[in-house]
Amino acid sequence: MRKLTVVMLVAAISLTLSTSAFAKGMLQIKGSDTLINLVQRLSEEYMQQEPGKYISITGGGSGTGVAALINGKADIANASRLMKDKEIKQASENGVDVRRVVIAMDGLSVIVSGSNSVDKMTVDQIGSIFRGEIMNWKEVGGPDLAITLYGRQSNSGTFVFFRDFALKGDYSASMNRMNGNSQIVEAIKQDRSGIGYVGVGYVKSATGLTVVNVAASSGGPYASPLNSADVRSGKYPLARPLNQYLNGVPKGDVKAFIDFELSPAGQSIVEEMGFFPIPNEYVDFNKKSMGM
Amino acid sequence: MSSQSFCKKKRMLSSAIEDRIIHGVFLVCGLVTVIVLFGIFGLLFFTSFPAFEEIHVTEFLTGFDWNPTSYVKEVYGIVPMLVSTFMVTLGSLLIAIPIGIGTAAYLSDVASPRVREILKPVVEMLAAVPSVVIGFLGIVLVGPAIAKFFNISNGLNAVNGSILLAVMALPTIVSISEDALSSVPASYEQASLALGATRWQTVIRVKLPAALSGVIAACMLGMGRAIGETMTVLMATGCAPAMPKSFLGPVRTLTSSIAIELGEVAYNTTHYYALFALGLVLFVITFIINMISDIILHRYEKVSR
Repeated sequence: MRKLTVVMLVAAISLTLSTSAFAKGMLQIKGSDTLINLVQRLSEEYMQQEPGKYISITGGGSGTGVAALINGKADIANASRLMKDKEIKQASENGVDVRRVVIAMDGLSVIVSGSNSVDKMTVDQIGSIFRGEIMNWKEVGGPDLAITLYGRQSNSGTFVFFRDFALKGDYSASMNRMNGNSQIVEAIKQDRSGIGYVGVGYVKSATGLTVVNVAASSGGPYASPLNSADVRSGKYPLARPLNQYLNGVPKGDVKAFIDFELSPAGQSIVEEMGFFPIPNEYVDFNKKSMGM
Repeated sequence: MSSQSFCKKKRMLSSAIEDRIIHGVFLVCGLVTVIVLFGIFGLLFFTSFPAFEEIHVTEFLTGFDWNPTSYVKEVYGIVPMLVSTFMVTLGSLLIAIPIGIGTAAYLSDVASPRVREILKPVVEMLAAVPSVVIGFLGIVLVGPAIAKFFNISNGLNAVNGSILLAVMALPTIVSISEDALSSVPASYEQASLALGATRWQTVIRVKLPAALSGVIAACMLGMGRAIGETMTVLMATGCAPAMPKSFLGPVRTLTSSIAIELGEVAYNTTHYYALFALGLVLFVITFIINMISDIILHRYEKVSR
């Protein structure tokens, strides 16, 4: 009973705290685990420049962020995938006017252990591996070793993007479902038979693993996600925009923060964190979304 | 009527009212627990019910594939998750029960009072380690050790989950078993020793059977902890939804499936209801275990009388 009272008390306190924080104009950002470190870093810099502004950032996956935006529990949803039609429809039913802003470019990186001799693959080969059709490294020119798959959980935008883009089918049921990008990086470092996919921001400074060069088809040029020009031009086939979804044309604090993210200072932080600045097509796209 | 006796009467009256109030307060407290339990059961039951408008109950209970966010076709089969939950729980108990009862016997019968004074709180403090920390240790410490020991490529498997859950169940098992062993009347021990039994025989043949109901309760509570634990198994067992092939392969428990999918699921969809159905299954399993342990305890009590 005492336990129950304590739990209720804590719940009540945290509830009042969170609502009062909301009332004070704290910006709530929620979503993608790929974006969380980047947006955290951006917000730290922003809060330093603008004392008195507060931003709270939580992860949980793109799906979680989008759900929070739809339910009015977040001002900005970080998403490493596009919102589904179903979600946009749900949002408009809830009176949320969804706007999308692209804040960075990511080369979704396919990684293998540093001791693996495989260093290039086509999108098709990667797809077959993750669908569970290719099960041994020797089929793609590697050692005679059973492949261990590492992927994300279904609440991850990266999970959805990679499935829709590289697999065009279901993941093998024996793929390990990891809880975030860094867990995949850790697992691949330790597992010489492993293959996984993570945002490029998580591999730039990582050691003990190989970032696979990827080509759209077997004849095509192989490109690395570490190469800024290839990712921004789309020559790297698994390049993707990293998005933030908003409710309506941004105003006030939301607008100020997004302006900062898209400014040269913000974009240099994007680069510093291992992702890439947005190309011109998205600069124009953002202007339109923000009603400029 | 003298004023004195009036005062006395008043005091009696007020103490009767006090009694009533306190009685009422405790009654409400007791009822809250019952209401909460029934509330949870009702919520789980009624929220999971709509799931079966689209999913066949037989498909749900006997299906071998779980993929509600499929690219091709959604399927809802819980057999691999049931097997996974069963595997890690069984594994953790196989590790935790012998170690736990051994530790309890050591604490109650072998250790000097001073050692016990220090050791017991230390064991109990193990329960205060957050599950996410234990899960992290599973990834960076236990996993690689298992991979090395069994010479396999990685350590994200049922063995890892079992070891971590055993660590989490140990404090409960040790602490409650020790209490049970210590509360065995000293006369039992003295009689046994007086008949010429060794200390080992005394602990194993006299004290443990005498304390069995408490020890079984301790193991059941430990089991409850293992079945319901989420974060640790989510992090350390790989969570691949395929049917587990061995203890050295990845498993995905009922709890981790709920934790993974509930955060992103759209409200009031079949998938949403299906996750509540998973919760209901988990609830029923725990309920049955509690029932069985209760029956065992009662039977044992009757026999010992």
